[in-house]
Amino acid sequence: MSIRAPRKGENYELSVDLNSEYREKRKDAIKRVIASMTVGKDVSGLFPDVLKNMQTDDLEQKKLVYLYLMNYAKTQPELVILAVNTFVKDSDDPNPLVRALAIRTMGVLRAEKIIDYLCDPLQKCLRDENPYVRKTAALCVAKLYDLKPELVIDNGFLEQLHEMIADSNPMVVANTVAALTDIHTAATSQSSLSPDDPALFPISASILTKLLIALNECSEWGRVAILNALARYVAKDDKESEHICERVVPQFQHVNGSVVLAAVKVIMIHMRGVRRDDLIKQLVRKMAPPLVTLLSSPPEVQWVALRNINLLLQKRPDILSNEMRVFFCKYNDPLYVKVEKLDIMVRLAGENNVDALLSELKEYASEVDVDFVRKSIKAIGQTAIKIDAAAERCVHVLLELIDTRVSYVVQEAVVVMKDIFRKYPSTYEGIIPTLCANLDELDEPEAKASLIWIIGEYANKIDNADELLGIFVDTFVEESYPVQLQTLTAVVKLFLKKPDSSQGIVQRILNTATKDCDSPDVRDRAYIYWRLLSTDPGAAKAVVLAQRPPISIPRTTVPPALLEELLGEVSSLASVYHKPEETFVGRGRVGADSVVQRKTDADGPSDDRFSAQKALQTVAAGQQAENLLDFDDTPAVEGRPSGLAATEVLSHTPAAANLLAGTSSNPLDDLVSIFGAPAAAPATPATPAGPSAGGGGGPHDVFGGLGGMGMGMGSLGSLGSLGSPAVPGALSSPSPSVVVPPSQQNQQPQDDLLGLF
Amino acid sequence: MISAFFIFNQKGEVLISRLYRTDFKRSIADVFRIQVVSNPDVRSPIITLGSTSFFHVRVNNLYVVAVTKTNANAALVFEFCYRFINICKSYFGKMDEESIKNNFVVVYELVDEINDFGYPQNSEIDTLKTYITTESVVSATQAPEVSSRITAQATGATSWRRNGDDVKYKKNEAFVDVVEVVNWMGSAKGTTLRADVDGHIQMRAYLSGTPECKFGLNDKLVIDRGAAGLSGPSSGLADRGGGDAVELDDCQFHQCVRLNDFDADRSISFIPPDGEFELMRYRATSNIKLPLKVIPTVTEIGTTKVSYDITLKTTFSPKLSATNVVVRIPTPLNTTDVDVGILGTGKAKYVPAENVIVWKIPRLQGGQECSLSAMAKLTSTTTRQVWARPPIDVDFQVLMFTASGLIVRFLKVFEKSNYHSIKWVRYLTKANGGYQVRELT
Repeated sequence: MSIRAPRKGENYELSVDLNSEYREKRKDAIKRVIASMTVGKDVSGLFPDVLKNMQTDDLEQKKLVYLYLMNYAKTQPELVILAVNTFVKDSDDPNPLVRALAIRTMGVLRAEKIIDYLCDPLQKCLRDENPYVRKTAALCVAKLYDLKPELVIDNGFLEQLHEMIADSNPMVVANTVAALTDIHTAATSQSSLSPDDPALFPISASILTKLLIALNECSEWGRVAILNALARYVAKDDKESEHICERVVPQFQHVNGSVVLAAVKVIMIHMRGVRRDDLIKQLVRKMAPPLVTLLSSPPEVQWVALRNINLLLQKRPDILSNEMRVFFCKYNDPLYVKVEKLDIMVRLAGENNVDALLSELKEYASEVDVDFVRKSIKAIGQTAIKIDAAAERCVHVLLELIDTRVSYVVQEAVVVMKDIFRKYPSTYEGIIPTLCANLDELDEPEAKASLIWIIGEYANKIDNADELLGIFVDTFVEESYPVQLQTLTAVVKLFLKKPDSSQGIVQRILNTATKDCDSPDVRDRAYIYWRLLSTDPGAAKAVVLAQRPPISIPRTTVPPALLEELLGEVSSLASVYHKPEETFVGRGRVGADSVVQRKTDADGPSDDRFSAQKALQTVAAGQQAENLLDFDDTPAVEGRPSGLAATEVLSHTPAAANLLAGTSSNPLDDLVSIFGAPAAAPATPATPAGPSAGGGGGPHDVFGGLGGMGMGMGSLGSLGSLGSPAVPGALSSPSPSVVVPPSQQNQQPQDDLLGLF
Repeated sequence: MISAFFIFNQKGEVLISRLYRTDFKRSIADVFRIQVVSNPDVRSPIITLGSTSFFHVRVNNLYVVAVTKTNANAALVFEFCYRFINICKSYFGKMDEESIKNNFVVVYELVDEINDFGYPQNSEIDTLKTYITTESVVSATQAPEVSSRITAQATGATSWRRNGDDVKYKKNEAFVDVVEVVNWMGSAKGTTLRADVDGHIQMRAYLSGTPECKFGLNDKLVIDRGAAGLSGPSSGLADRGGGDAVELDDCQFHQCVRLNDFDADRSISFIPPDGEFELMRYRATSNIKLPLKVIPTVTEIGTTKVSYDITLKTTFSPKLSATNVVVRIPTPLNTTDVDVGILGTGKAKYVPAENVIVWKIPRLQGGQECSLSAMAKLTSTTTRQVWARPPIDVDFQVLMFTASGLIVRFLKVFEKSNYHSIKWVRYLTKANGGYQVRELT
């Protein structure tokens, strides 16, 4: 026997009890061992003592011992062999529950020695007369593949599984499909894979038929497994697509939300092949009620459903066109549900329901949660921009909200008003005095910048524009950069519109901006203006006062290719995050546990690498702290912008390189943006597929940098700042060459980090 | 698929920990404790750190957590968590720290049984109860034949019902309870912003053998169809007539119901589980009959007083009555005292701790009307306090009334021994925190 516990303490007492002559005492001791194990105490030293209790006809006790074995088999590989006999014997027990239990447990022991003994019993159990044993054995093949793929292939288990798809018992079919899919996924994640690898699980037409039959008979979870397999089937022609859709549609009525969403997924995929318009219409019509019903589920399921509805609406905006009311927020909905509902309500808004929507949004704006209130006000702005006919009513509601004089309400309303001015220039000038009256209340940069932009834009119509801007010029150096940039541009606009009265103020600001300001972007912009004004005022006018492209609400928030991909994964994490799977799964990404491991490893020798990491962590903290949990194992090679790779530190810490290169489209971003977060959080288009997403962080010229700063504030993105830049920073730019191309937008936050090195 | 499953208490201590797959170590639990339990900013039910995603559901200060490293099916994971919670409630009567700690052996057995290698397995409560029991003695020496029967049930085509010959009742009875939760959001002017009904039909079947049931509702689509095919030998001839068919937006069924049949002709046919189960859920939004009308008049008098005049009117027939009516009227946060007067029945008092006036009426007959008037005195505050203006909430129950108008037309039971069966139907409409009217616009 190996290490024994010392002759005192809790473990010793347990050891004594485990060897007691009384049955009840032993069983009680096992329970205590499991309890200790659960809270994280190390009871691996009791391995031999626990093992002695394995031979029993008390099923409950057996289960407990097995539970213990599953946890510690790996740490005591040489002792596990002692358990083999019992396992093999159990797998032949007359009681099917015992047989299944043995095979279920053996598969997860993760000890080399056991695995070799697993094959024979598994062979037998796959052919067992009892379906319960067969369904357990089917999954055990997947477990074995996880440990030792060659054993599965050599023993012909895969062929056996393929035969089992035709099993008479639907649950066996479902688990077989789950196992084969599991093996398929594991195999495809290997880099070297031949297309005819036996581990692959292509769905053939004959399998399809069997699956469609089993679908209606198996348990809810089995249905999900089968539907997932159906989703992978490639239909030969439109007839077959139609057939699949017709067979799957009844699943919409299932009580389990995951079955409903899995069915939606299959339909969305196979509907691509359907050509009959009437059938498509019918499918879409049938999809709506079950989706709405998911809103009566528990909040977490609701949230998953809402995120998916959001995607579905981007593809088929008509799907729920008459259902906006069901998305009205309930007073006690959790915040994450409310925020998603808001987004969907705006998507569903039309001239017929806008009044109801506005009165709801106004109601939400009086709630207590600041984030939710802000989002509601943003939604009012989005509605105004989306529906021309309702713009005036929206403005009216915003004015009422400004009247409340609640600070954050007023500020958000000002930001939103700026977007409305962008969409409907010179329409609502009448309310400018009201906005200016609240100037003192503004303390957030975004709100300030928005108001300054409005003043600059309408400088010729505001009598005391110079006075108002003067306030900001006086405090210029104390303001944040976005406000500085905005002030600068607004003053120049004022000068171009009223040259006589504002000579002094423009001189003053150009002076301050070029001399006393520590942001290169602000200085650069000031220099450009200065030179423009001094060389050719006409050109300056053309540049600074140029017509801006109109803004609109984008119909989609994810690129079309990604949207199709995500719709093929309805109800998955990817569809919840609206991000491709690669951004948070696999590809050398390591889970949070190994990071903890790494940290402890690194704690010992405090080498350069560690300190470098630490430095980077501090820098990036707050930005995307979680990303640092993810250390890339493979050295960074492809798609790494040369400018970044040049940095010495980065080659040592690929994770950091990742971060800086903008390849780290961590889904947390999304969470952050859901909950209304730092200015830079993307309301922007999601990253293009692939981890090398924001790749080419090429050199920025002066203008690029300028645009970059514009972005900082630009997340003005109340509009999603898609397509056309609704960015004041970029507004003043004369030609498209200055406008930051949308594809670069989402890497801006990372680029800003560069400044710190 | 689910790689690991945990239950944490409020402090982040691990109560149950089960790793289904080998891609995690036990220490992953610490990451959750640090990142979620002790982080007050977490507001999303899914947290992804690196490639590890934590799904969590909170119930009675417990965290039920599933962990995965894959692009898992999020809806499935949450449905699974909720199924687990329901199983625990059914086994232990409640789901809290105490019940989990006291029964951790059974919990482990359950957790082991309902999920294998991350894939959820049979989780029908009735079936589980046949072979996972709280008294360990029973499972100790179970005859192989019994186990065979259990496993056959757990995997069979009717996994929800024991073998037909095992089920015998002297008296064959079936109880059908139609329970409707009516949600209503009214504006301060009394107009309806939204009204809908979440209904579910609960059935208790004590029927021998393998009964084949057919269930009929006054579903508008079915009745219209019947009317269209007038020449057909329709058995529902007598039922047809009148415009009181109900339009259901959507229905969901227990897995025993043949969905293909429903899809084809909206007939509901099934072999029921033995005992109690939820046969179907449905949703209705058109022609909702609101059992109670609430007419609030709330006026602010200066900055120091708010007056309330709330009138309740019942709309159903005088033969019925609403019971346990509780109206909760929120008052501003700076309320010092409230004078309440009532016209009609009930008792009302101001509860300062919650800032609400609670008005309780034990019974309100159909056609009756009662009202409350109150005056809240406010302290003058210098700072403008943010008050969310929660809506007025009404709670009640009305027996033998359905807000959707749904009626059970028939329940037919066919069994090979052709026994006579007795069926009972009850209706109940209630509010469940979602019957609200806004105080002010």
